[in-house]
Amino acid sequence: MSTATTRPFAGAGVAHAARARRYGLWVAAAVGLLVLPQVVHTGTAIAIMNQMGIAVVFALSYNMLLGQGGMLSFGHAVYFGLGGFIAAHVLNLSGRGAIYLPVPVLPLIGGLGGLAFAILFGSFSTRRAGTVFAMISLGVAELMAASSLIFDRFFGGEEGITTNRSKAPLLLGLPFTRDREVYYLIAFWLFVAALAMYAFSRTPVGRMANAVRDNPERAEFVGYSQNRVRLVSFCAAGFFAGIAGGLFAVNYEILTAENMGLTASGAVLLMTYIGGIGSFVGPIIGAVVFTFLQSMLSDYTGMWLLYLGILFLATVLFVPMGLAGVLMLHAPAWRARRIGRLVGPYLLTGALALVAAVGIIGLLEMIHFVAVSEGAGTTKRLFWMAIAPRTLTPWLAFAALVVVGALGVRWTAPRAASAFAQASRPPVAVRAAATGEAGL
Amino acid sequence: MSTTAAIELVEVRKSFGSTPIIRGVSLVLEAGTRQALIGPNGAGKSTLFNLITGKYRVTTGRIRVKGEDVTDLTPYEINRLGLARSFQVTNIFTRMTVFENLRCAALWGAGYRYSFWHRVSTARAVNERAETVLEQLNLTARREVPAGVLSYAEQRALEIGITIAGGADVILLDEPTAGMSRSETEHVIALIRQVTAGKTLLMVEHDMSVVFDLADRIAVLVYGEVIAHDTPERIRANAAVQEAYLGTPQSVA
Repeated sequence: MSTATTRPFAGAGVAHAARARRYGLWVAAAVGLLVLPQVVHTGTAIAIMNQMGIAVVFALSYNMLLGQGGMLSFGHAVYFGLGGFIAAHVLNLSGRGAIYLPVPVLPLIGGLGGLAFAILFGSFSTRRAGTVFAMISLGVAELMAASSLIFDRFFGGEEGITTNRSKAPLLLGLPFTRDREVYYLIAFWLFVAALAMYAFSRTPVGRMANAVRDNPERAEFVGYSQNRVRLVSFCAAGFFAGIAGGLFAVNYEILTAENMGLTASGAVLLMTYIGGIGSFVGPIIGAVVFTFLQSMLSDYTGMWLLYLGILFLATVLFVPMGLAGVLMLHAPAWRARRIGRLVGPYLLTGALALVAAVGIIGLLEMIHFVAVSEGAGTTKRLFWMAIAPRTLTPWLAFAALVVVGALGVRWTAPRAASAFAQASRPPVAVRAAATGEAGL
Repeated sequence: MSTTAAIELVEVRKSFGSTPIIRGVSLVLEAGTRQALIGPNGAGKSTLFNLITGKYRVTTGRIRVKGEDVTDLTPYEINRLGLARSFQVTNIFTRMTVFENLRCAALWGAGYRYSFWHRVSTARAVNERAETVLEQLNLTARREVPAGVLSYAEQRALEIGITIAGGADVILLDEPTAGMSRSETEHVIALIRQVTAGKTLLMVEHDMSVVFDLADRIAVLVYGEVIAHDTPERIRANAAVQEAYLGTPQSVA
């Protein structure tokens, strides 16, 4: 012990540089959040960014369970929804003057609501891990779905409950009537919550959450109860989900039972997994991409959920490390300054994959058209063209695109893969050091 | 030096279904001694380890650690009394780095409990402890490597590191040299000797040269019963041990 105190930690300089880089990233994120509405300032863009901010907090809280703690939950929206309902009711009370509670602190109320129910449901569901935990989470979600019909006064039945953020008292004279003002509120809470969740992962219990995920038995033999570690993570996840729910209440001024239903729980699982559960940025990327696709696709097609489902399947099958994981894979090539060599092969394979995707989308949309028969028309607008799904030609054309694209991808993918392998090889000097240090 | 035994077993019995595995073991391990547990395969050595450390519940009998009755305690409660163990099959945190493995093992002993208001990076005692153990294990160069990709011998070393990092003074090692080469075994034994100085060690080991070299006392377990518990010299001369455990009287190391 005493020898270690006088000796500097191995790689202290590297650790110092890494810490400086981390601080830089957080500052950049804060600046980015502040500047963003000046850059993209249309009403739609602000509305989508608000939605993204809420989704990011929710997805990050979900990854405290799935990625950090190894708990697969099918009912995380319960804490989002309950936090939202509680925040909405409190906002209504505040608007009537029954209590003094300005809008900016409302997400915290949502968080406390989420926390309270996480303690309640977590007290028994975290006693088990794995499949049993997943089943209990599903059961709790069903329980809440049933409760939403029974406790009509609280959940507002099918219409849900509405609220009005402009009636609450002001804090420091800041109004929250327009979307843009709400954006800054969401940005603030997003930043605070993300920072807190990141910090949590670096606390003793946050690290033990990883340990219990990896090996619950061994965690018990170093002094930690696996149940207690899971419970603490679960409560923290419920708290931050509740904050996201509170933000939702402020932003949309309405909550329905759907917000805590299985679909909402499924959505947060999808976005977190697509982004990547192995890193902190994964859920952020996933929530942004998912929300973007959701709002964009739903404008163009009634089948947007199907496409998100396909994206999820493709992630699980081909890149289980998620989008963030794919980016991380390219870190060695980036450090070796060889990322440029990948552009050509990637563009070629990517273009061919796009051709196949256009073909698949074309076929799916035509099936959808024929099956649902939108309107009485015989043509459908697809990819900026008028297409007649009841004739043979477009079917053949799209099928040809699928075949050409798929064959092209098969033919070029090995080249892209070998280009990746080439670019990722460490420089000769680094390689020598790496093999040298491995010797015991 | 306290007079209480580090570990005390009183008429411990364990059956799986109707099959008795441990058939009435009474054993006193004095604090500050290095003890070896030997016996043929299937004698119940690992089961005895699992009973002492709380992984299994005894069928009848009592177990005390440093005078405290631990018979009905959970593994983590027993660990908090200052008893740590390693496993015969490597049991580490595979996706975490080597350093994180050791740091997590040192957390409870340093008093951090379930804290979410401390940062591990500034937990000085924990980081220093992890660094020290890392160095003792000769794994400093592998600090940031995920434990799952370590070589077998490195994982075995880390297994011991996790066991000792928490600062326990009663240490149980289950076949720490299993599957190791001669030189790796020597290194691990030197490490065990170093890190268990002044502590109580109970070790399951098949390598007789290691056992007779390291142990102050040896317990011989045969079919769930301790047939002898004595100094290496007397164990070597014990006819019952030679017959029951080693088969032919002349083959004791």
